[in-house]
Amino acid sequence: MAKLKEKVIQGFFFLNGLFVVIVLLGIFALLIFTSIPAFKEINLREFLFSPNWNPTSYVKPSFGIISMLVSTFMVTLGALLIAIPLGIGTAAYLSDVASSRIREIAKPIIEILAGIPSVVIGFLGIVLVGPFIAKVFGLHNGLNAVNGSILLAAMALPTIISLSEDALKSVPESYRQASLALGASHWQTLIRVKIPAALSGIIAACMLGMGRAIGETMTVLMATGCAPAMPRSFLDSVRTMTSTIAIELGEVPYNTTHYYALFGIGLVLFIITFIVNMASDIILHKYERKTK
Amino acid sequence: MRKYLGILVVASMFLASAVNVNAQDMLQIKGSDTLINLVQRLAEEYMEKNPERYIAVTGGGSGTGIAALINRKCDIANASRLMKSKEISQANERGITPKRAVIAMDGLSVITNLRNSVDKLTVDEIGKIFRGEVTNWKEVGGPDLPITLYGRQSNSGTFVFFRDVVLKGDYSQRMNRMNGNAQIVEAVKQDISGVGYVGVGYVKDMIGELNVVKVASRPGDAYASPLNSSDVKSGKYPISRPLNQYINGTPKGAIKDFIAFELSQEGQKVVEEEGFFPIPDEYREFNKKSIGLVPHLFKERNH
Repeated sequence: MAKLKEKVIQGFFFLNGLFVVIVLLGIFALLIFTSIPAFKEINLREFLFSPNWNPTSYVKPSFGIISMLVSTFMVTLGALLIAIPLGIGTAAYLSDVASSRIREIAKPIIEILAGIPSVVIGFLGIVLVGPFIAKVFGLHNGLNAVNGSILLAAMALPTIISLSEDALKSVPESYRQASLALGASHWQTLIRVKIPAALSGIIAACMLGMGRAIGETMTVLMATGCAPAMPRSFLDSVRTMTSTIAIELGEVPYNTTHYYALFGIGLVLFIITFIVNMASDIILHKYERKTK
Repeated sequence: MRKYLGILVVASMFLASAVNVNAQDMLQIKGSDTLINLVQRLAEEYMEKNPERYIAVTGGGSGTGIAALINRKCDIANASRLMKSKEISQANERGITPKRAVIAMDGLSVITNLRNSVDKLTVDEIGKIFRGEVTNWKEVGGPDLPITLYGRQSNSGTFVFFRDVVLKGDYSQRMNRMNGNAQIVEAVKQDISGVGYVGVGYVKDMIGELNVVKVASRPGDAYASPLNSSDVKSGKYPISRPLNQYINGTPKGAIKDFIAFELSQEGQKVVEEEGFFPIPDEYREFNKKSIGLVPHLFKERNH
């Protein structure tokens, strides 16, 4: 009887796991099948390399996603440039420097940061970060890639901090003791022993943070101006793949080339985040094996 | 396990009953961001008089509202542009006959920053600015300052109307695509180089904080302001437009009653209070033909 119960429970959990895999494959299949019709009418090369995206044009519809790809990479890169040093620094502080009292206060606060709705962060981008950027760079407005980067950095930070801290924490205590015994200072121990030992975990944390930044929609939609032109610099307005889908999917007539093309963008986005998550997973596994 | 099953059953019953209530008593209105504040006000006034009725008004843009009407997701679609022939044939395919009612007039306003000396433009100049052919204010008699464009996103009826009537071509790729009228007003207020276009209802409280540009149809013609109601009604202001609602078939019951209220004197007073203009006679005639509603039907019903 007990054995049967165990079997049932086992089966239940197996089904749960299977369900997630099916959902993932289902999404992937849906994206592929709904975007295929787009390429009957759009040249794949135009789709990937033309800088003009204007499916509802007055003159002639065009479907090029390269400026969106560039925009997405720009805000993501900017976000990582800000979030990685800050995130690793904070993680190192929390794991090695801060007293346990401070850590107990700081950790929940960082976790709350992860829970702020993206629309609120976007709002702050419009009323706070935007005017600030305009002032600092002497621009007329602050709706640009820098704004998006700063906001996305704020959103990626909690992921980077808490996973990096976990990685630093799981470096065996003996490493630290050995380093200190050899006469190294605390700073030297942290920089030359602990961070290198936890590096793969930290890299994985950064890549997960990057996945978060690439897929974020509302914040960038509100704060970056969304001009579809190819951005010329970080101080130009950008329009990411996610904003384009969010703006246009609501009004697009079903089963038109435009509709399928939006799914095409979704597919490209899915593939990018898939690769990023996959890479971080591989790195994380490597690291787990090493420390065992 | 059984306990959870019970909760599930109760929850689903709840959901089912909620859906039923929705279907019977609630009127769903969706669409234009230009119209949302006005129609929300109208709905509030109407519900005060008819407490048994419930009306939900949401935005999303004219395109979104029309798509919702076609997909049977709303009862009334607010639209600041006309339905495209493609949309009408799509609706017909799904067994929907869209009928149009004009509920207010709008003087689509071109706005600039208060510190910008440019306060009048011709339609041609506005077209050139938004097509990206004129990129510096000095080319239209202003300071030596690059122009920053603020427009709407493609789901906006104002985006389409302005493009079809003023630009007759595509918007500059460098135009910022903002999320609604209010965002454009905010952006232009802060940006000395900015220019944008919004429904006149969005500038009525902003006099003294923004320039509302006077517009002439052709060089040499008189410049008219969208804030002047007779210029908008007579068409002397060149970019005035009707604001519409689309419904499926000739309106009946609650839908008819609500639209009649909008067209009544009382409703048209709200239209004016919200900064837009009451419908002129030609559109009253149009409404009569299109949906069979005479302007004062609401009062007659109360007799």
